[in-house]
Amino acid sequence: MHISKLIILFVFITIFLAGCDSRYLILNPQGAVAQKEYQLIIFSIILCAIVVIPVLGLLVYIVLRYRDKPGNKAPYRPDWDDSKRLEFIWWGIPIIIIGILGFATAKTTYELVDPPKKDVKPLTIEVTSLDWKWLFQYPDQDIATVNYVEIPKNVPVQFVLTSDAPMNSFWVPQLGGQLYTMPGMAMGLWLQANHKGEYFGSGANFTGEGFAHMNFKVKSTSTKEFNQWVRQVKETAPALTKADYNSLAKQGLSLEKSYSTIPKGLFQETVIKNGGQYYSQHHHMKNEDMKTMNVASDEQAHTQHEHQEGGN
Amino acid sequence: MLDKLKDFSSHFFVTGEPMIYGADVAILLTLAGIIFVLTYLKKWKWLWREWLTTVDHKKIGIMYMLSSLLMLFRGGVDALLMRMQLAFPQWHFLDSNHYNEIFTTHGTIMILFMAMPLMFAFFNIVVPLQIGARDVAYPFLNAVSFWLFFFGAMLFNLSFVIGGSPDAGWLSYPPLSGMQFSPGPGQDFYIWGIQISGIGSLASGINFIMTILKMRAPGMKLMHMPLFTWSVLASCIIIIFAFPVLTVTLALLFIDRFFDGHLFTMTGGGNPMMYINLIWMWGHPEVYIVVLPAFGIFSEIVATFSQKKIFGYKSMVFSMMIISVLSYFTWVHHFFTMGAGANVNVFFAITTMAIGIPTGVKVFNWLFTMFRGRIQMTQPMLWTIAFIPCFVVGGATGVMLSAAPADYQYHNSYFLVAHFHQVLIGGVVFGFFAGLYYWWPKMFGFKLNDRLGKWAFWTWNIGFYVCFMPQYALGFMGMTRRIYTYDFDMGWGPLNVISTVGAFFMGIGFIFQAWQILHGIKYGERDVTGDPWNGRTLEWSIPSPPPHYNFAVIPTVTGQDAWWTIKEERKKKKAKETAAFSPIHMPKNSGIPFIMSIFWFIAGFGLTFHWVWVAIFGLTGVGACLLARSFQYNSDYYIPVDEIQHTEDSVGRVG
Ligand code: HEM
Ligand SMILES: [Cu+2]
Ligand SMILES: [Cu+2]
Repeated sequence: MHISKLIILFVFITIFLAGCDSRYLILNPQGAVAQKEYQLIIFSIILCAIVVIPVLGLLVYIVLRYRDKPGNKAPYRPDWDDSKRLEFIWWGIPIIIIGILGFATAKTTYELVDPPKKDVKPLTIEVTSLDWKWLFQYPDQDIATVNYVEIPKNVPVQFVLTSDAPMNSFWVPQLGGQLYTMPGMAMGLWLQANHKGEYFGSGANFTGEGFAHMNFKVKSTSTKEFNQWVRQVKETAPALTKADYNSLAKQGLSLEKSYSTIPKGLFQETVIKNGGQYYSQHHHMKNEDMKTMNVASDEQAHTQHEHQEGGN
Repeated sequence: MLDKLKDFSSHFFVTGEPMIYGADVAILLTLAGIIFVLTYLKKWKWLWREWLTTVDHKKIGIMYMLSSLLMLFRGGVDALLMRMQLAFPQWHFLDSNHYNEIFTTHGTIMILFMAMPLMFAFFNIVVPLQIGARDVAYPFLNAVSFWLFFFGAMLFNLSFVIGGSPDAGWLSYPPLSGMQFSPGPGQDFYIWGIQISGIGSLASGINFIMTILKMRAPGMKLMHMPLFTWSVLASCIIIIFAFPVLTVTLALLFIDRFFDGHLFTMTGGGNPMMYINLIWMWGHPEVYIVVLPAFGIFSEIVATFSQKKIFGYKSMVFSMMIISVLSYFTWVHHFFTMGAGANVNVFFAITTMAIGIPTGVKVFNWLFTMFRGRIQMTQPMLWTIAFIPCFVVGGATGVMLSAAPADYQYHNSYFLVAHFHQVLIGGVVFGFFAGLYYWWPKMFGFKLNDRLGKWAFWTWNIGFYVCFMPQYALGFMGMTRRIYTYDFDMGWGPLNVISTVGAFFMGIGFIFQAWQILHGIKYGERDVTGDPWNGRTLEWSIPSPPPHYNFAVIPTVTGQDAWWTIKEERKKKKAKETAAFSPIHMPKNSGIPFIMSIFWFIAGFGLTFHWVWVAIFGLTGVGACLLARSFQYNSDYYIPVDEIQHTEDSVGRVG
């Protein structure tokens, strides 16, 4: 019994003391979105602890005090099975706590729909999950990368997500929570980095054999450095052709790559090729992203537009 | 010709893996061993008459239990293999493909072929006895249910050595599980293995609802029913709504695969998100299907071993009923990150949190049942007490997961893996273990050894925390689920090693339990009273193991805790009235459920390999069995009074 307690204690200590360690990505948010999520996480832990700790204490107390031992003088009331007052308490307190947490959850959920910063022009990056690699296209800069992204710090980035393979999930823990990439759909995820740095990103939804290798780096730099990098890619990297894309889309792993231009409308084509025309409804972006979608037919853009105003 | 045959067999049989050759050999040896022993001991007839054709709910329950413990072993070996692979960064023990197959079969087996049948084992063994009935409402259907489960599970397990295992996760999301990304029979094994056993589960759900509503002993009002029976009712209500959804979903997936249906691919007008919604409309209620009966078990045990009435009976019933309804309104929390929009996410976040309320209420009621009681630290009670902190913490992490924006960070991470194992192991598995120790003497007439039981208890519990607490931390470190390998520089190594060590502790716990059972068979202390725990409900009023008609005389019930009341009255009157027996009406054994399920198995096998003629043959066989049954007129008989007298005189009971 002694050893068991020690082990449990040890495990808890490793986990909770280690929490300050920077390897605990979620507990070390580096961007406005991740920050909000982190606050909600901490808040929910505290609220849960308010219930959990007393219950554990009560359990220990009751089990020790009411054990069936000779000479136990604690009261024994075999027919006592009802107390309206007690039941009122333990229906009531959880309802209040859930009410508070529900409120906080709703607030954060609605907040995350909007860009984290309103006064800066956002950057758009179109993300396609492939079997088993990530393609990032910068429509405004007309460049593309594979398995790494570079973003300027303090600029809200709208990642527009789709998939040309089984659905995956785009996740950069230190910048914010994940969102699914789905074939035939394009969804928007706001992220923003507050500092310079390099962040770990991965695919979080299982897609088969190469899934474990679908990691990518997100590098956040100053705006100046970012522009320099764009220029450098434009000057040194090869262009992304349709043929290149088709070979990227084949099953297999890939190293990091950069491309100096992208075929016009590649992203939209990918969405539409996978059935996007049937599901223009399913589209969760804000109006700003429409700019990048204007290759699609007018009518389609129209339905999408309506849906956003009503749906989001 | 020979070449063709060779080519065929190299696709048909899974080759190239030493582990699988090992399994081939083991399977053949086991089969040969079983055949030899049965022949040598001349037990074939006995096997057929006593087990394969039985419609006795207690025997069916025992068969459910044995198969499910076997599946726990298989799922557990899967778990250990995975934990081995994950122990060290960039470790080469399993390759990706193999790892994917293993987590898929592990998840599927644990939920559908371990937890579900173990639950049905308790339904079968306990419910008729608790409500003072001689059998379930439809004994023949009950046997059909069992054999469908059994052959469904066998079909699924066969994929390991024939054709290849499914590898698209236990819920098989398309398009990954479609023909394009999962060619080969693995997915079809998954579909038909689950489909066949699922029909059985649905039938059981109906069967037990009818049993509980129609077969209660005279005087037992609904609000007199033991809480376990209540939990079965709640669980069965969920089953009859959830399982049809599963059946349809898998049928649609099969249409996609077999007829190129495009129901779940975007091209052609389908939608994979539809599948994900549908499968979770079954999948979320499913976890309540298995956990509610565990709650019922804890309620029985906590009252018995606190030597006190259950606290807040009405609250308990009410909370179970709310849970069974609410469980249908939370499924979207499994894909908050699929972009349903803020309104939808907020709605499902709050419904999910809300389900924590009635669950929490139950915990308080258990605590206050112990309060002012006299707690006996028996084996079932140990597991019950261990369950409480485990489930409370697991529930709390569940509430954390339900906060949608926070879930964007936990989703598909090891935080989630830790959470669901904590509620599934701490809630369901511990619950069913508690139930096994509790009703074991009733089932078999002997108790299980205490010392071995304590060892099993401590290794399981320590192992549990050592295994799963680090996984919460790994989730915070950004480790995603279902990866078979990771890089050194993530720093996930140390915690993964600890986690693997914990898993092996649980494995040792399981060995102690197997040992305990074998030990018990040989040396187990006989229960001659029929009531070894001083129980409160009717199952303890009859001998252990019960005669096949259960109650020689059906008791009359006047309130809650029927057997306790009877005992109190007897103490007062100090005399035991002897009632007169009358002939007992019983169903006859039948081979049809067994044979029909074999035909289902054949049909499933044909469909799996897309061999249409085999499928048609199997389904024709099923039809023929149904037809044969409808012409079976004398399917029941009466046990004469002197035989009852004889049985009652000879069963071990000091009364
Ligand atoms: C007894 C100790 C157990 C251990 C050590 C264990 C370990 C694991 C591991 C390592 C995974 C794979 C995680 C991943 O790579 O994503 C997993 C997945 C899973 N386990 Fe367990 N498990 C245990 C018991 C159980 C039980 C009792 C159940 C259910 C009643 C269960 C249900 C599942 C499910 C549903 C999955 C998900 C499979 C999937 O991702 O498709 N496990 N488990
Ligand atoms: Cu979608
Ligand atoms: Cu759920």
